[in-house]
Amino acid sequence: MTARNKRRVAVNNVMLTLTGVFAFVTVSTLFLILAYLLYNGAKSLNPNFFTRLPAPHGETGGGIANAIVGSAEIVLIAALIGIPIGFMAGIYLSEFSGKVLGFAVRYTADLLNGVPSIVIGIFAWGMVVSPMHGFSALAGGIALSLMLIPITARNTEQFLQEVPRTMREGALALGASKWRTIASVIVPAARRGIMTGIILGVARISGETAPLLFTALGNQFWNTSLTEPTASLPVVIFNYATSPYDDWHQQAWAAGLVLLGLVLTANIAARMIVNRGAALPK
Amino acid sequence: MAAAAVTPNIKRVSGRLRGGDEVAWAVTFLFGAAIFAVTALLIFELWRYAGPARDKFGIGFLFSSLWNPVTDEYGALPFIYGTVLTSFLALLISVPLGVGAAIYLSELAPPKVSNALTFLVELLAAVPSVIYGLIAIFTLVPMMRSSIGPGLKSVLGWTPFFSGPVFGVGYLSAGLILSVMTFPFIISVSREALMAVPREQREAALALGATKWESTWQIVVPFAKLGIIGAIFLGLARALGETMAVTMVIGNSPTIKASLLSSGYTIAAVIANEFAEASGKLYSSALVELGLVLFLLTIVINALAQVLIAVTTKKGSRRG
Repeated sequence: MTARNKRRVAVNNVMLTLTGVFAFVTVSTLFLILAYLLYNGAKSLNPNFFTRLPAPHGETGGGIANAIVGSAEIVLIAALIGIPIGFMAGIYLSEFSGKVLGFAVRYTADLLNGVPSIVIGIFAWGMVVSPMHGFSALAGGIALSLMLIPITARNTEQFLQEVPRTMREGALALGASKWRTIASVIVPAARRGIMTGIILGVARISGETAPLLFTALGNQFWNTSLTEPTASLPVVIFNYATSPYDDWHQQAWAAGLVLLGLVLTANIAARMIVNRGAALPK
Repeated sequence: MAAAAVTPNIKRVSGRLRGGDEVAWAVTFLFGAAIFAVTALLIFELWRYAGPARDKFGIGFLFSSLWNPVTDEYGALPFIYGTVLTSFLALLISVPLGVGAAIYLSELAPPKVSNALTFLVELLAAVPSVIYGLIAIFTLVPMMRSSIGPGLKSVLGWTPFFSGPVFGVGYLSAGLILSVMTFPFIISVSREALMAVPREQREAALALGATKWESTWQIVVPFAKLGIIGAIFLGLARALGETMAVTMVIGNSPTIKASLLSSGYTIAAVIANEFAEASGKLYSSALVELGLVLFLLTIVINALAQVLIAVTTKKGSRRG
């Protein structure tokens, strides 16, 4: 072997090893995050944490029950608004849209999807909080729905597009009208993928903090209606983590563990659904 | 070819709407149009809310480094500087790490290992940003204050980039946490681009006597270049718009400093911290105008990323 070839082989080995090291370093951050949250958060997890209201600072104990319920309310509002609109728009994009209108809707959906979440918050503040003269769960839900709509629409479109042409032809050949074909053949065939997209979308918005900061705001107590300021898990984590109190830091770790647990479970479940069916498109 | 000939026929048959089809078209169209309308409204409203600040400061808003709510004078420069600097630092770390990992996943790892690791990378992308912030505030910031910061200062303290007091929070901490948040995107999109490179390209290079690395670096990576750049832009757009994690570690001081160890501010962070309490029309309108600047910055970067990714995926599948 000449010196030149020796060098080439050496470079080959070093660089290939390095890419492997990079891959394992990047993936290991996930385990570091999980381990850190478990280590710091697990000791604060007790029944009180899930059932009590926050204690005033200086006092120990207390929980974040109102934030858990508040988050559920806000995400539910977002899902009730975002899923139907996104789903129907996805059907339009895949089945009915022409070139020009299809491009316009598809492009704006991608645009909306790329809007920084804090800017979504400003918009929802202007549309809901300002005219209603107050922060509310409703405003938070609407803000999050604006993030869910484009995700659901593009996912639905992609999975409907994957339904084989032969299935459409079969239904049409049997004399079914187009909407009949869509409702009884195409959508059921793509059901699993669409569900996966929706679960991933809901998981993603339930961890969003920035759009809630000046829409749902936060609340130390239970909110009695959807038009009141409402506590949510991500905002509680932010507020507690940046506070100077040790007890609140503990609560932030525990809340972080709960939030990450929910988000990762939803993600793993969604991917398991899809692995039994079609492949997940990007 | 046969399939292509059938398509126009199907299009024609299904294009003829009957019975309830017009209704179905109209209903779904309404929802599609709603997306268009909401996005248009968002842009219009941002523009409108930013009105007072735009009228008062004009284009000078972008170049003024004054941010004083008490005297009602606002300029965007410290925030633009912080946003661009932290995103740049993030990419400096996450691009080599992410592209390297993507090369491993697409070229070297056995399919099973590659799929398992890609799954974990996608989970990493799903971690909410406030969790990254939470971890950074209690681990990265103290480490930066006690060891990393002073260490960098003792070695590189003679440069302007590592001078001044070390607080732990600052541009470098924000850049580090952003790099962790961007590499999942860079890895998964770069991996797709690399996997779209036709097999023949690799085989031809290997047959000519190239080593595995030479074939990868000189043939496969250049072939997927546009897609990888698209992936980087996607990561950049995410870094620019990222709010929570950065807000928690940037230090929140509207100044422009050369030292990476000093605290700064970003556009998203100042909106997150000050918008809810912004009293006065001009104050909140200046914050909205910052939001508008951020919005324009990210849509340009996002659009570039989309185009680049679309171009490479097409190129690969056509030749493959």
